[in-house]
Amino acid sequence: MNTFTKANIEADPTVPIIRITRDFAATPAQLMRAHTDPDLFAQWIGPTNVDTRIDYWDARSGGSWRFINFRDDGEFAFHGCFHEIGPNRIVQTFTYEGMPEGVSLETLAFEPIDETRTRLIAQSLVDSFEGRDAWLSSGMEIGVNEGYAALDGLLLRSAV
Amino acid sequence: MDDQLSRAFAALADPTRRDIVARLSVGDATVNELAEPFDVTVQNISKHIRVLEDAGLVSRTRDAQRRPVHFEAKVFDLMTKWIERYQREAEARYTRLDAVLDQLQQSEETNTKSEIRKSS
Repeated sequence: MNTFTKANIEADPTVPIIRITRDFAATPAQLMRAHTDPDLFAQWIGPTNVDTRIDYWDARSGGSWRFINFRDDGEFAFHGCFHEIGPNRIVQTFTYEGMPEGVSLETLAFEPIDETRTRLIAQSLVDSFEGRDAWLSSGMEIGVNEGYAALDGLLLRSAV
Repeated sequence: MDDQLSRAFAALADPTRRDIVARLSVGDATVNELAEPFDVTVQNISKHIRVLEDAGLVSRTRDAQRRPVHFEAKVFDLMTKWIERYQREAEARYTRLDAVLDQLQQSEETNTKSEIRKSS
């Protein structure tokens, strides 16, 4: 079985999906808490050395959320809805307010590997190719492009 | 991200063009040589090469008789850097999550111990 001790990024070459896989030394319940408890979430989501303030946060199916990153060059806000919470799964929408017309559908799965380890599979589906390209050119970490999945595969094959 | 990089990503979204670039990363090849493994016409391969050329991923020598197609590593390196940056950001985020989970683990263990103490 593959292990993903570092974040592994792949994307479907035919639809604008990006998938990140990463293994954690935690239980699915702990990963769920780190994603749904606003105080815990604010500790890890933002880029390094960037304060994250939770504006509102209602972590239940049908609830909504909003947080703000305070960077040197300004404030960056994000919002969305929790479509479905649990068990071992979160389905939510995600919008960067700098591009309010863009929305991605995020599906997070927490899969137990053994008693102490859990695999996180975070999949983002972007609504349109225009949206994807806009995100890509924004240089935000939410940027998605099928091209780099292509490239991943390419690098993989070149390495063989 | 500049236009050339966007074009390069778009160009590599196609599986045939990815195969062509993979082949060229090993060494230069003519259009005929590149067309061989595919069940398509040489004209079709030429079209793909033009897209790759516009994206700056490959170049062709104008004066040579064989006009071999050459892989341009510079643009590819730019793309690799962009992906590495994305990967680094994701990994940095999840390293922070590791730390949060570690705290969670420790506080749960402390709670369990105090519950055991209470019940004993």
